[in-house]
Amino acid sequence: MTTSPFDSALERREASLLGMWAFLATELMFFGPLFFGYVHARIAQGDAFVAGSHHMHIVLGTLNTAILMTSSLTMALAVRAARDTRPVRTWLALTALLGLVFLGIKASEWLMELGEAANASGGEARFYFLYYAMTGLHAVHLTIGLGVLAWLWVHARRFSAAYHMPVELTGLYWHFVDIVWVFLYPMFYLLERYR
Amino acid sequence: MDQKNRDSPYLPNYLTEGFTLRSWLTTNDHKRIAILYMVAITAFFFLGGAAATLMRLELATPAGDVVSAETYNKLFTIHGVVMVWFFLIPSIPAVLGNFLVPLMIGARDMAFPRLNLTSWYIYVLGGIFTVAALIAGGVDTGWTFYTPYSTTFSNSNVILVIVGVFITGFSSILTGLNIIVTVHKLRAPGLTWFRLPLFIWANYATSLILLLATPVLAMTLTLVALERLLHIGIFDPALGGDPLLFQHLFWFYSHPAVYIMVLPAMGVASEIIPCFARRPVFGYRFMAYAILGIASIGFLVWGHHMFVSGQSMYAGMVFSMLSFMVAIPSAIKVFNWTATLYKGSITFSAPMLYALGFVGLFLIGGLTGLFLASLALDVHLTDTYFVIAHFHYIMVGGSVMAYLGAIHFWWPKISGRMYPEIMGRIAALTIFFGFNLTFFPQYLLGWLGMPRRYHEYPPEFTLLNLFSSAGAAVLAVGYLLPLCYLSWSLFFGRRAGANPWGATGLEWQTSSPPPPHNFEHEPHVTRMPYDYQPVR
Amino acid sequence: MKFLFLPAASDIAQRVDLLFYTLVALTGMVAIAIITLMIVFCMRYRAGAQVDRTNPPVGLRWLEYGWTFTPLVIFLAIFCWAAVVYAHFYAPAPGAMTVFVVGKQWMWKAEHANGRREIDELHLPLGQPVRLVLSTEDVIHSFYVPAFRIKQDAVPGRYTTISFTPTREGEYWLHCAEYCGTDHARMGGRVVVMAPAAFATWLERGTSNASLAALGFELFRRKGCSGCHAAGSTVHAPDLAGVYGRVVHLQDGRTLVADEGYLRDSILLPKKDVVAGYAPIMPSFQGQLDEGELAALITYLKENRGPEK
Repeated sequence: MTTSPFDSALERREASLLGMWAFLATELMFFGPLFFGYVHARIAQGDAFVAGSHHMHIVLGTLNTAILMTSSLTMALAVRAARDTRPVRTWLALTALLGLVFLGIKASEWLMELGEAANASGGEARFYFLYYAMTGLHAVHLTIGLGVLAWLWVHARRFSAAYHMPVELTGLYWHFVDIVWVFLYPMFYLLERYR
Repeated sequence: MDQKNRDSPYLPNYLTEGFTLRSWLTTNDHKRIAILYMVAITAFFFLGGAAATLMRLELATPAGDVVSAETYNKLFTIHGVVMVWFFLIPSIPAVLGNFLVPLMIGARDMAFPRLNLTSWYIYVLGGIFTVAALIAGGVDTGWTFYTPYSTTFSNSNVILVIVGVFITGFSSILTGLNIIVTVHKLRAPGLTWFRLPLFIWANYATSLILLLATPVLAMTLTLVALERLLHIGIFDPALGGDPLLFQHLFWFYSHPAVYIMVLPAMGVASEIIPCFARRPVFGYRFMAYAILGIASIGFLVWGHHMFVSGQSMYAGMVFSMLSFMVAIPSAIKVFNWTATLYKGSITFSAPMLYALGFVGLFLIGGLTGLFLASLALDVHLTDTYFVIAHFHYIMVGGSVMAYLGAIHFWWPKISGRMYPEIMGRIAALTIFFGFNLTFFPQYLLGWLGMPRRYHEYPPEFTLLNLFSSAGAAVLAVGYLLPLCYLSWSLFFGRRAGANPWGATGLEWQTSSPPPPHNFEHEPHVTRMPYDYQPVR
Repeated sequence: MKFLFLPAASDIAQRVDLLFYTLVALTGMVAIAIITLMIVFCMRYRAGAQVDRTNPPVGLRWLEYGWTFTPLVIFLAIFCWAAVVYAHFYAPAPGAMTVFVVGKQWMWKAEHANGRREIDELHLPLGQPVRLVLSTEDVIHSFYVPAFRIKQDAVPGRYTTISFTPTREGEYWLHCAEYCGTDHARMGGRVVVMAPAAFATWLERGTSNASLAALGFELFRRKGCSGCHAAGSTVHAPDLAGVYGRVVHLQDGRTLVADEGYLRDSILLPKKDVVAGYAPIMPSFQGQLDEGELAALITYLKENRGPEK
């Protein structure tokens, strides 16, 4: 038996949103040391980082960025649909599909770069480590997001204007994952590319 | 419901809701979850205490003759790991915070009850990994995991214990998240921020630190594990890494962590002292701001653990100055607790003895922090027993005493029973005496140059070490006493009414123990906290 | 009370002790004052006592601001004092004698300029400023001499330094103060401060080793450094005569002063700080030189000021 601690649906909604924002703050602090490590290493070995960046597959990276940003659009549309008591399944599926494509492209990039990374030394080795660590951590979060999207898809009939909190919270999480990528993309792909 | 009914011991309450183990392990009631935490952390406290007992046994004589060097190194490691992450950090927030925060703000439960239970299971899972590391042979890196020893040189079960701590970190994070949302969103009508009890302020600020600092630890430990597994070169210079990077990342979390351990204790003192002095706390607003000040400045001082590490002298100066700054709000709080005694009407119940002991011992521990913040002095004192004495004065003389004081103060509310008062006082005094005998000599040992993490030492340090070990024996007895009489009181203690202490605070407006949903009617708050009536 | 006595055997020890005892007095007075006040209040205002309890204050702005700003001022004063003394640990006196100290699990190795080596001991002359250059072969250690009030971590991959002048003859404990594994508690020994004449005798006696600089010169040739860095070389490499202490302009625009750390990095991580105008073609000697050989090379470079002008 669980008595709800909330007095109203509004109170519950506000609390859930605050909870998700607080959770995203922790995620920021979780990525934080890696961002710090990147800054620390790049100051010390900027040239090696530029060299590493030039080995990245810019076309695939840019394509992936476009895919992920589009998935944020479809996610936002899913939230909108849920709010209006319209079907959400299509939008959820599209978002998940785009996420999967992103992961596929990312995985193929990782495989292609593995040889290069294994032979790197010094600053370039650090570049590759941070690349795999940060995009890897990002991919883990994306995969968790895919799992949540699957759960939402299964329970899609529950959502309506009156109750769509899970969709909205997932939207926040998904946008966060997208924003992290928006930082990772220039950090790894765009270093002095068009000098 | 009238006073008489509210005091009836036969009302259905959260304890009588279900008697099966299953009802406890699947509960969403914050009060039951608090009890689950209490049982778990008590077990870990005695595990960490057992390690300390063996350590002090070894240190009673200069020769390393009780355990081998390797075993001693594993003992101090497990003592630190268990006491920091499995006892102190959850102690007040996860036990008393979980139990009291909804009650104190007039809510039915925490904002996310199921997440709360999940947090406990996460904590237990982390504990299982840590105990597994112990059974597998232990870890010998120290709780601080300095690199490259932990990444490259140690042959012990580093990754296993890292996994345990990593997992338990999420329990901390989620508890903090729950408390923050609860305090923001579930306060009863009329309960504005500046009418909140200082216990709530303290746990709220602690939760901010839990939320923002713990993820950094999680990532740092992950990097240590990755380096250990894959030999990458993040922290190990032989592979191109930087050992100081580890120290910066580790202490960025671990300094705020000590405020996680002390702020809730300060909140407890601010509840107990006004009650047993029968008057409002002095300087409520300064007290609230001081709590926030400690939490925020606490994020900026981590480099004071690194004054001799090889970091730049100028960085040391910045961290030293900020460390002096963070001492100021703590000083304010000590002054205010003292001033709260002025013109009060003071009784010396067991909780009050613990709270007064807390103030005195925190004062001494805090003052010795000034020595360590002073750059030139820290060169001599760092990595010696002076530091050990300093942090034990704050964490044991401070936080543990406050935790015990809180358990005694809210025991009637939690269990519906009174503990035997004489035993409570005897235990408090035994602990106070045993604590000082154990740790004061360690200040002297540190000044005289005895380094920490030594299982054998130069013979001139024998007498002081002997005093310290004797004190530890007394302290051990002191800690066992409450375990015994509190358990006894569950079955044979006098039944308690709703408000045996005559305390202010919403938690005392409901029965002891409270009903599952906390309040029969939602409270409306119109008064300031601690509005004790002056005694003629 | 012998067991409570720690000698002050260095110039800086006396300054540290003054600060320490001042702080003891200050914090002692504060602790006694507050604890006394607490006890007095507890006795005077205990329940049942017939005293005036009218209008207990719940706040007093001037008092609260007062006891906020007074500690602030005092703390800033202590901070400044301690920071000034601290700076002395890192500012070697002119004419300071350099000793290379290497920590390794679980012993300390010291090497004097003339080549005399010691293990778990360090002999020093009275009154002579000393600069210890610390390194480690494995994990972090910390060189701690309580009688001197000095302590400095030895960190792998770099040099750290600490400076002081011994002011009292005698033997003093040396401890490792950073946990470094199994025998951390046994990693120590003694520092022996001798009268200058006795030290000079001791230094000459018992060493058949060449001086550090001579060994360094030999390594400089044997390892091929002179192949590129000597005057007649066809390879474009910086002239190293007098390099120690020189201001160096780096490729990325930064400038720094060439100290032991810079020389160490140039040998082990030559691509890290490349001098402006030179190509990064120097090979790394990482793994080819142990700490002792590095110390020798660096000492040679310090003393090689080039031909007399």
